[in-house]
Amino acid sequence: MHLLEITGLTKSFGGLQALGGVDFHIDELEIVSVIGPNGAGKTTFFNTISGLVVPDEGRIVFEDEDIAGLEPSEITRRGIARTFQNVRLFPDMTILENVMVAQHCRTETGVWGALFNTPTFRNEERAIEERAKDILGFFGTRLTGYRFRQPAYVLSYANRRRLEIARAMGTMPRLLLLDEPTAGMNPKETAELTGLIRKLRDEKGFTIVVIEHEMRVVRDVSDRVVVLDHGVKIAEGSYDDVSSNPDVIEAYLGRPAEEGA
Amino acid sequence: MNQTVTRRSATDLDWDRVRRWGIYAGLTMAFLSSIGMVENLDKRIIVDPILSLGFLALLWVPVAFGYAATYEEAKEGMAAPEKGERDLVGGLVTGLIGGLFFVAFIAIADAVDLRGVFPRIGPALIDLLTFDRGVAIGSLLWLVISGLLGMFGGLLHVLPDRVRRAVTNALAAVFLVALVEIAVVDIFESLRLTVISDWIYAKNGGVTIAGAVVIAALAALSSVRSEGDAVVRFRTRYATMEGDERKRFNLIAGAVAVVLAVVLPMILGGLTNELLANVGLFLLMALGLNLVVGYAGLLDLGYVAFFAVGAYTTAILTSPLSPKWTPMLTLDFFSIEGWVVMVVVVAVAALSGLVVGTPVIRLRGDYLAIVTLGFGEIVRILFLSDWLAPAFGGAQGIRNIPAAVAGPVEINGTKPQTIFYVVVVFVGIAIYVAWRLYHSRIGRAWAALREDEDVAEAMGVETTKMKLLAFITGAILASFGGMIFAVKVGSVFPSSFKLIVSIIVLVIVIVGGMGSIPGVVVGSLVLIGILGGPTQPGLLAEFGEFKLLIYGALLVFMMLRRPEGLWPSVQRQRELHQEEILQDAWLKAEAADEEGKR
Amino acid sequence: MTTTAERADFRFNWVDSFLLALRIAAIFVVVWGTVGALALGFVGEGLSGSAWKDLIVAGLAQGSMYGLIALGYSMVYGVLGFINFAHGEVFMAGAMVGFFVADYFFTSGLWVSNFIIAILIVLVVAVATSTFTAVLIEKVAYRPLRNSPRLIPLITSIGVSFFLQNAVLGLVGPAVKTYPQAPTWLSQKISVLGLQIEGTKLLVIVIAVVSMIGLWLFVERTKTGRAMRAVAEDKEIAALMGIDVDRTIVTTFAVGGAMAGVAGILWALLFRGVSFITGFLPGIKAFTAAVLGGIGNLVGAMAGGVLLGLFESLGPNVVLRGLRWEIPFGLGIAALAAGIAVAVLAWRRGRVSVASLAGALIMLGVAGIGQWSIVIPGLTQLKDVVAFSALVLVLIFKPSGLFGEQLADEDRA
Repeated sequence: MHLLEITGLTKSFGGLQALGGVDFHIDELEIVSVIGPNGAGKTTFFNTISGLVVPDEGRIVFEDEDIAGLEPSEITRRGIARTFQNVRLFPDMTILENVMVAQHCRTETGVWGALFNTPTFRNEERAIEERAKDILGFFGTRLTGYRFRQPAYVLSYANRRRLEIARAMGTMPRLLLLDEPTAGMNPKETAELTGLIRKLRDEKGFTIVVIEHEMRVVRDVSDRVVVLDHGVKIAEGSYDDVSSNPDVIEAYLGRPAEEGA
Repeated sequence: MNQTVTRRSATDLDWDRVRRWGIYAGLTMAFLSSIGMVENLDKRIIVDPILSLGFLALLWVPVAFGYAATYEEAKEGMAAPEKGERDLVGGLVTGLIGGLFFVAFIAIADAVDLRGVFPRIGPALIDLLTFDRGVAIGSLLWLVISGLLGMFGGLLHVLPDRVRRAVTNALAAVFLVALVEIAVVDIFESLRLTVISDWIYAKNGGVTIAGAVVIAALAALSSVRSEGDAVVRFRTRYATMEGDERKRFNLIAGAVAVVLAVVLPMILGGLTNELLANVGLFLLMALGLNLVVGYAGLLDLGYVAFFAVGAYTTAILTSPLSPKWTPMLTLDFFSIEGWVVMVVVVAVAALSGLVVGTPVIRLRGDYLAIVTLGFGEIVRILFLSDWLAPAFGGAQGIRNIPAAVAGPVEINGTKPQTIFYVVVVFVGIAIYVAWRLYHSRIGRAWAALREDEDVAEAMGVETTKMKLLAFITGAILASFGGMIFAVKVGSVFPSSFKLIVSIIVLVIVIVGGMGSIPGVVVGSLVLIGILGGPTQPGLLAEFGEFKLLIYGALLVFMMLRRPEGLWPSVQRQRELHQEEILQDAWLKAEAADEEGKR
Repeated sequence: MTTTAERADFRFNWVDSFLLALRIAAIFVVVWGTVGALALGFVGEGLSGSAWKDLIVAGLAQGSMYGLIALGYSMVYGVLGFINFAHGEVFMAGAMVGFFVADYFFTSGLWVSNFIIAILIVLVVAVATSTFTAVLIEKVAYRPLRNSPRLIPLITSIGVSFFLQNAVLGLVGPAVKTYPQAPTWLSQKISVLGLQIEGTKLLVIVIAVVSMIGLWLFVERTKTGRAMRAVAEDKEIAALMGIDVDRTIVTTFAVGGAMAGVAGILWALLFRGVSFITGFLPGIKAFTAAVLGGIGNLVGAMAGGVLLGLFESLGPNVVLRGLRWEIPFGLGIAALAAGIAVAVLAWRRGRVSVASLAGALIMLGVAGIGQWSIVIPGLTQLKDVVAFSALVLVLIFKPSGLFGEQLADEDRA
C-alpha cells in the first residue's frame, strides 16, 4: 500500500486545464521530485493535495483514506504539510511563534484549558514551545537563541525558506510537500539544503515530495522523478531515465516559446 | 556627504507651506465658531475668569498649526534639521495668516446676516468673539493673539527638550486638573479637605488663577527633574518586559487596579461614579470587540446587535412588563436564579453570534464590515417594528427592569456605585478571558489567520472555527454589557442600540490600539471618560453635541497619524515599525556573528 | 450511489449547510410573497393595477437615483479597492447646498417664474459642491493611505462620514430642510409607454439617464476615461505607461462626486426633505446596488441601482404583504412533490442552486399543507429591513454581482 496514491487528478480554471488526470504515488520514506516547465501545473498539483484547491475529479488516497475535498486544515491534521513557492510566513509573528502555531492541529486544549490555566494546558504549552525550539535547532543556530523572539520578517531570504520548512515540520506530518525549496538561494545554500532534505528523510523520517527547478538538487535528492507538462504526467522514473527521455527534453527545450509563460 | 552646515536665515522658510497652514488655521477657527462650539463651550470655565473651554477650543488652533507649519522631520541618516529664529518667524506668520482669515470671518459675519443658512453665526457669537469690544478692537486682538500663539507653536521646536516638556506638561496639568474637577471635588469632600479644593477651584467652576499657577509650577518642576517623556518610557519598558518581570508587573498593576476599584467609588460622588460606570460599560464592550477586530482581524460594525441582544434578553427575563414572556426572574448574582439569567444571556448571545457569524466569515474583510453593519441595523429595526412589538414592545421598549441583587445589596442606576462594582467585576473577567486566550494556542491561531488566512488554514488552523470562536466570545462580552446596561437604565428601547454605539466602541479600540488590552483600557478611559458615550456625558459634558464630530475626526486622525493606537500591541508595533526592528535585528545578528568568530 | 469524483466536485461543510438554509429561507419568502401578492391581486384583495404601476414607477425613479450614487462607490472601489463609506455624505452635501440655492430662488421668485433655469442652476451648484467635497476627502483623508491594508481606508472613511454628518449638523442645525414645491405642471401625470408617470419622476429618470450616458461616454471615449480604466486595472503599470495616477484618482473621485451631486438633486425632487443624516441610508443602499451590479462595473452599478429601487419599492408592499396569502392545500401538495423530485435531482447533481430550489419548494409545500400565513402590521416600517436584507443577501450570495465585477487582481483577494 502506498502512503499517498493519486489517480486521475483533474482541475481546470475556467477554460484552462491545469491538471489533466494525473496519477501519482509515493511510498513511505521516499523522496520524489516533481519537475516540469513553468505552467506545467506543479503548484496546482500541490494545492490540490493540500486542499487549497478542490479537484474537479480524481482520488487522493492518503493512508487508505480519500482526502480529496477535505478542508486544508483537516488534511494537515491527517499528516500532510507543505511550504509555499513564494515563502508565506506569518511575518509579524516571532520565529518561535511561527513554529508554535503550526502545532495547532496537534494540540487540543480549548477555551477552558486556557481560561483556567489547567495543568494539561500548561504542560501542553511547554511541550509546544520545547518542540518548536527543538525543530528550529535542526537548522543549526540560525533560527535559535536571540532569533526566537524576533519577528519573522527580519530573516534573510534563505532563512525564511528554512523557517517555512521548520513551520511545516511543526505540524508533525508524515508527508512533506516542498515547493521549490531552493529558489532564490545561492549555490552554497542550495547545496546545504540538498543535504538537509535528505536528512529530513533519514533522521526525521519524513516522506517528501519536492517541486524543484534546480536539476542538481533533483539529481541529488530524488529516489524517483515525475515530470509534468501541461497538467499531464509525461515521464516517471529515476533521474537518469527521466533526463534522457525525449519527451522530457522536448517539454523543456523543444518549445522554447512557452518557457517564459 | 556635504559636511558644511550653512546657517539658514530667519526668512529661509517654506513660505508656501506656512501660507497653507495659516489658511487651514483660519478656516478651522472659523469652522469651530460656526458650528457653535465656542459659544456652547464658553459656559465651562477652565481658568477662572480668564479662560473658558470655548476659547480654548479656538486657541489651540494657531499653536498646533504654527507647530505643524514649522515641523521638520528628522530624516534617517541626515543631519537633524537646524532650529532657530526661522521657526519663530514661521509660527508667527502662520498665526497671523490664520488670524487674518479668522478676522475676515468675523467681519463678514458681522456685516451679513448669515443666520438663514448658519443658525449659529449670530450677534451673540460676534459679541463673544470680539470680547464685547466691537469688531475693530476684537479683530486687532485676534491678530495679536493668533500671531503670538502661532509663534509659541513655532517656539516649541526651538526650546530644549527639557524646557519644552516643562511648558507642555504645565499647560496639560492645568487643563487636566480643570477637567477632573467633579472627581477631585468629590474626593476632597470625602476626605474632608474642602479647604484645598475650594482654593484650587473657583466658585463658578474652573481653576483659580492662583491654583493654576501652583499646579503649573508643580508640573513644570516635576517634569524638569525627570528624563524623557515618562509615558513613552513606561510604555516601551512595558513592551520589552519579558516572562517573570512582566508577570510581576501585571500582578502589581492588577492589585493596584483592584484596590482603586474598591476604594474609588466610596469616596467619589454619584456623578463621577456614573461616569466611571459608563467607562466600564464601554470598556467591557471594547474588550469584546478587541477580540474580534484586534485579535482575529474581523471588522464587525454590527457589534451593537449583541449588546442589544444581551439587554433585551435581560429585560425579558426580569421585567414584569415584558409584553410576551414574563418569567420575572431576579438577577441575583448570589442565587441560582441570577445564574439562570446569566446563562440564558450567554446562550442567546452565543447563538446570535453564531447566526450572524456563520454567513459572514467567508466574506472578504470590507464586505464583512458592511454585512455586519446591515445585521446590526436589521436587529434594531426589528426590535422597533410593530410586527415584533408584541414580543419586544416596539418603540416603547421594555420598562420596569428590576434592580439586580448581590446578597443584601440592590444594584441599579440610582446607585451608580453598585453598578460600577458590577462593571468592574465583569471587566475583570473580560480582561482575564482576553489575556488568557491571547496567550494560548487559540490566540496564536487568531494572530496567524489575521496575517494570512490561507496559510493559517494550510498549517492546520481551522480558520472557520477560530473566527466563529472570536465572534462568539465577543458577542458574549457585549451581551454582558447589555445586561448591565439594562439593569442600570431600568428599561430598554431600540433607540439605545444605534449604529453609533458600534462606531464609538470601534473608535475606542482603534484609538487605544487594536489588539492591546492596556490600549483598550486607556482608550475607553480617555474617550468615554472625557467625551462620553453616545448618550452618556463625560467629564466634558459640554462637548455633548460635538462628540460625534470629534469621534469622527479622531478616527481619521488616528488612521492617518498613528494607526497602531495610543498603546499599541506588540504585534502591531512590529507590523508598523518594521524598519527600526530590522535595524535592531541587524545589529544583534552582527553581534552574534562576532561572538561566533571568537 | 455517488462516485468519488462527483463528491469531490465541491466542498460542503456545516457553514455551507447554514448558507444553504439561509438561501432556502430567502427563496421561500420571496416566492411565497410574490405569488401571494399576485394571487391576492387576482381575487381583488391585493394591490390594484394602478397601484402596481405607481410602485414600479417610484421604484424606477428611486432606483436611478441609487444608480447614480452607486457609480461613485463602484468607480472608487474599482480604482482604489476600498469602500468609500463617506460617499453618502458627498451626496448629502450636494443636496444640502442645493437647498439653500433653491430656497433663495424661491424667495426671489425665479423658482416659480422659470423653474427649468432655477433647477438647472441648483443642479450645477449641487454637482460643484459634491465634486469639491469628494475631491477634498480624497486629498485629506485617503491619499496618505494609498498603500495601506484595505481595512485602514475603510475605517478612515467611516470617520470621515461621521465627521461630515456632524459638521453639517453643527453648521446648519438639525432641522429637515424642505425644498420648495415644484410647479404644478411638473406634478401632473404623463402617459409614457402605458405607464402614468408623474412629471417629477419622469424628470428624475431623464436626468439620471442623461448623466449616465454622459459618464459612459466620458469613461469609454476620452483619454482621461481610458486612463481611469488603466489605473483600475493596475496602478503600477499605468504609472509606467506615463499615466499620472494621482490625477486620475482625483478625477475618479470628482466624477463620482458629480454623479452624487446629480443624485442629490434627484433626491430633492423626489422627497424634498434634506437633513444631515440624509446621506446614510441612500449611501448604504447605493453600495448594495454597486455590489449587486458587480463592483467596478459602471453599467452594472446603474442596473443594480434600478433593480434595488424596484425591489425596495415592491418588496414591503408586495412580498411582505403577499405573505398573508395562504397557499392552497392542493398547490402545497404539488410544491412538496416537486420539491422532493428536485431534491433527488440535487442529490445526483450536487448543485447548491438546485438544492436550494428544492428546499424552498419543500418549505412552500409545508406552508401550504400547514395553511400558514403571516400578517405583518406596519409594513412601511420594514422598508429598511428589506433594503438591509437585500444588502446582506447580495453580499453573502452574490458578492461578485450580477454583471461581473471588474477589479484588479490585488483588490479581489
